[in-house]
Amino acid sequence: MAAGATSGGSATTDTYKEARTWLLLPSWVTLSILVLAPVIMMLIYSFLTKEFRGGVIWEFSLSAYDQFFFDRGLFGDEPPKLEWTYISIFWRSIWQAGVATLLSLAIGFPTAYFIATRSEEMRPVWVFLITIPYWVNLLIRTVSMKFLLRDQGPLNDFLINIGLIDSPLHIVNTNFAVQLGLFYSYLPFMVLPIYAAVERYNFSLSEAAADLYASKLTTLRRVVLPAIKPGVIAGCILVFVPSMGSFLAPDLLGGAKNFMIGSLIEEQFKGNAGNWPFGAAASMILLSMVLIILMFSARQQAKADKAEG
Amino acid sequence: MKNMMKSGVAALALTIGANAATAEGELVLYHWFEYMPQELLDKFKAETGITVTMDTYDSNEAMLASLKAGGIGTYDVSVPGDYMVAIMAGEGMLDTIAEGELKNKGNISPDWSDPSFDPGRASSIPYQWGSTSFAVNRDAYDGDIQTTDILFNPPAELQGRINVLDSQGEVMALAAIHMGIPQCSTDREQLKALNAMLQEAKQHWASFNSDTAKEVLVSGDADVGMIYDGFAAKARQEKASVEYAFPTQGYVAWMDSVVLLKDAPNRDSALKFMDFLLEPENIAAVSNFARYNNGLTGTSEFLDPDLLAQPENNPPETAGPGVFIEVCDEQTQAVYDKIWTELKK
Repeated sequence: MAAGATSGGSATTDTYKEARTWLLLPSWVTLSILVLAPVIMMLIYSFLTKEFRGGVIWEFSLSAYDQFFFDRGLFGDEPPKLEWTYISIFWRSIWQAGVATLLSLAIGFPTAYFIATRSEEMRPVWVFLITIPYWVNLLIRTVSMKFLLRDQGPLNDFLINIGLIDSPLHIVNTNFAVQLGLFYSYLPFMVLPIYAAVERYNFSLSEAAADLYASKLTTLRRVVLPAIKPGVIAGCILVFVPSMGSFLAPDLLGGAKNFMIGSLIEEQFKGNAGNWPFGAAASMILLSMVLIILMFSARQQAKADKAEG
Repeated sequence: MKNMMKSGVAALALTIGANAATAEGELVLYHWFEYMPQELLDKFKAETGITVTMDTYDSNEAMLASLKAGGIGTYDVSVPGDYMVAIMAGEGMLDTIAEGELKNKGNISPDWSDPSFDPGRASSIPYQWGSTSFAVNRDAYDGDIQTTDILFNPPAELQGRINVLDSQGEVMALAAIHMGIPQCSTDREQLKALNAMLQEAKQHWASFNSDTAKEVLVSGDADVGMIYDGFAAKARQEKASVEYAFPTQGYVAWMDSVVLLKDAPNRDSALKFMDFLLEPENIAAVSNFARYNNGLTGTSEFLDPDLLAQPENNPPETAGPGVFIEVCDEQTQAVYDKIWTELKK
């Protein structure tokens, strides 16, 4: 595909060479205003002094990062120890997002495989069906999820009616509800990239493997999975990254009992704390973690490509 | 750099928030959710020709944050609670209403005409007042509920069935009332005890939520819910077994006021709106809708008869005092922030 694009485009490249800068300008402007500027602003704010009740004083300070990593006791006058509060909040978010990603993968992979192996006319229909629930706003979907799962909700009613349980399962306000909510929110981001990868997969490779006496499991593991790995990785990143920063599902389904990264940051701007530099610092730390994950997976990908080539 | 950024933020907020609102006959209102009946805004438009644009918030702190982040100069009026009026005045966010600018100012009840949070009502008019404590589903628990133990040291039947407001100020104030210590206490032993008490109590709490405080009680997701009195009245209308408590230890009292914001783009409209809300019939419409009390005289003929009689408005003899939330200084607030983070970590 890449080769086709280059040879087809070479004739036109020269024509557009001078215009290219100008043609790219809108995207550069958009990116710098909407992506770069807010990030730089956040970076600057994270190194400023906190103003009481929100806002910043324009004096350089490391206290936001200090607060993140060092615990000086309830009254702030004990010798500093390592602060576990925020690390555990981050760890909880990573854990929740990780479980949600695995759930999405477990359901998303077979779904994508199923769709990709349907007839050519039926595939768009299945993809279309997958996307229908996502026409509805995320907030509404999360609230609906709560309605379904609650103690007096349809799920518990059903399970009690068929005699599987005697008293309702308490699902709402647990970590599991949050994981379920995140999984449901981001499932299509797992299905669609995997579907795209499986659709491109040449199934005669599977036949060849079978001809060479590979078992079905071996074929999946040694032939199919390596071929569609980029789709799987893309899906995992697309589910994991937004899950980690999400605060709707933890608030509504988890009962907001424990901070997640997203709600911790929100509290710094909207809550009593009013600590903008700390909110900005926590955002920068989150951003760095996401960047590290993306860079790591990009490197793995590059290595794999090199090994293949 | 600093000024450039500040004005940049303000300009951005202005264009996004109020592009239509600077023309004549507009008013931009920043208000609590589920509080102001739309019919009243329609009536205001019919009387004055002024179109009202309303944005909503779910906590005093969220409003303050948004005004600090560039909302000043965008909004004309907002509706902070008592302690927040004092904070906003201290931050220089309020405009002064000169004598004679409000022709209906005389309708303010003497009880509310000179409150500590805004002496002489220099920048505000009374809106609604009420209390914050908690309500209990009596089908789930029929013991004594007139005690803060229900929230902070709950009986076995109610453990794990409790929703508290996701709002530091109200939780901390009620916790201080429960322990019998002053709000904004700086006594180290008291603060440590407060921290330990909350950590213990949290194990019995199911959720922290403000905007669904009523809904969780009605749906049965929670059997105890920390809640505002009018919200509890609405919950009771939907589910008769919900009963609002006035603990013997005391409860949180509050008064929301309509304030004139600094640099209001439609100052004249704002004053007209305040005068409109100072007419007994209009403020009574808010009370009837939100099930709270108002701070004007001469409203009784316009109020629902059952509003005055509703149990949420009539503390029993045993009720402790209603106390306003106090504003802590920066150093003390830092400790309370830490306790809150520890509570939710």
